[in-house]
Amino acid sequence: MATKSLKKLGNNLAQSNKQLEILSNGIFKSGKLPTFKDKISETSQFPIKAKKLEILQINVGYMCNQVCDHCHVDAGPDRKEIMTRDTMRQCLEVIKNSGAHTLDLTGGAPEMNPDFRWFVEEASKVGITDFIVRSNLTIIRANKKYYDLPEFFKKHNVHVVSSMPHWTRGKTDKQRGDGVFDKSIKALQELNAVGYGMPGSDLRLDLVYNPSGAFLPGDQVAMEKDFKKALMDDFGIEFHNLFAITNLPIARFLDYLIASENYEDYMYSLVEAYNPAAVENVMCTNTLSISWDGYLFDCDFNQMLELPVNSKSRHISEFNEELLEGRNIVISQHCYGCTAGAGSSCQGVVA
Amino acid sequence: MSKPYYDAADLRKFGKITEWSEELGTKFFDYYGKVFEEGALTAREKSLIALAVAHTEQCPYCIDAYTKDTLQRGITKEQMMEAIHVGAAIKSGATLVHGVQMMNKVNKLDG
Repeated sequence: MATKSLKKLGNNLAQSNKQLEILSNGIFKSGKLPTFKDKISETSQFPIKAKKLEILQINVGYMCNQVCDHCHVDAGPDRKEIMTRDTMRQCLEVIKNSGAHTLDLTGGAPEMNPDFRWFVEEASKVGITDFIVRSNLTIIRANKKYYDLPEFFKKHNVHVVSSMPHWTRGKTDKQRGDGVFDKSIKALQELNAVGYGMPGSDLRLDLVYNPSGAFLPGDQVAMEKDFKKALMDDFGIEFHNLFAITNLPIARFLDYLIASENYEDYMYSLVEAYNPAAVENVMCTNTLSISWDGYLFDCDFNQMLELPVNSKSRHISEFNEELLEGRNIVISQHCYGCTAGAGSSCQGVVA
Repeated sequence: MSKPYYDAADLRKFGKITEWSEELGTKFFDYYGKVFEEGALTAREKSLIALAVAHTEQCPYCIDAYTKDTLQRGITKEQMMEAIHVGAAIKSGATLVHGVQMMNKVNKLDG
């Protein structure tokens, strides 16, 4: 189990250009597998163009209390990139003036940003339809100062989306660290206790499943059924929906794929499962990702690869929705992760 | 032996069998796909049966394919191992139940 980020370890793969090099060379350079650009060109889907903005996803910092094996952010306690209140103010201006109906806060553990609560309070006043916080659950049990988070989320009608890689302790702790399963279960029970995830409740609680190794997620509906049965039978836990998300071959997951000699097979699996219908609905067509320092990206993955939006409007301070609409999405081979099978996005399957 | 008989990468070429007999190959893959669809049995149950049979058939390609398939369905390694034991129990039972035939023969010849 990892305890430090790749960045802290000085690992080559902490550099986004090294990751992009790997994704462009080898099997893709030799022509064994088609590049993503070639593949989507076969069905005349290149270039992918941004449609109307619906979702603003803000990454408020890479600091996290966990160091998960698969993390595409390479997040951890040693990451110091944190969004300032000034940048948050700029984000609030954009939220007020944009047509986006969903605000999605992510990290790291977003709750570890010292201005997190201030930001949630201010953002909830703007009257956005769906206000998501991606919580890793264990943060709620990590320190006394976080114990009241379920009540805080409830007060601001936050939609909680939480990672839960499996309904068994063994598989969860292997991916996310020892003790994560028990803390997550306790946090889910506390969220249920204030009304989150209960049948018919407006307090939305959804779980995110992503595979613990070098394989693709199974059918989302079937997985949701299995999760619901197991969590109810074993712990009396309720939740609304399960989002099945594919691991994208970047950052720590890429490092794992290479170290375990699974990289080529995994890329074959992604390419073989390529689904043109998923390309139609990839999240980058209706989402913008904002980094801790205010830069704009097509998605959180491109943010980690430091591939900025292809637009003159590149920073929150010069945000221009008209300019951004219709922009060409920046792609590389990691994009196969969002188009495999039923597709994958931060909201689960797309096709 | 300079090369192994089995190559894991050959599994990816399975579809090519249709190139030398298109009609039969296509019919086989259609049938195969249909068999594994959700039916009176769930796709999950079928995947576990396939994993057990892959072992009794000792097919390395099938073992690779259905180990991955069961993992993708969230099936745990304990469940996977139990499924294989079901296959192994039938295999050993099938061997041992023939012991009755041996006993019958002994009793007849040397009773």
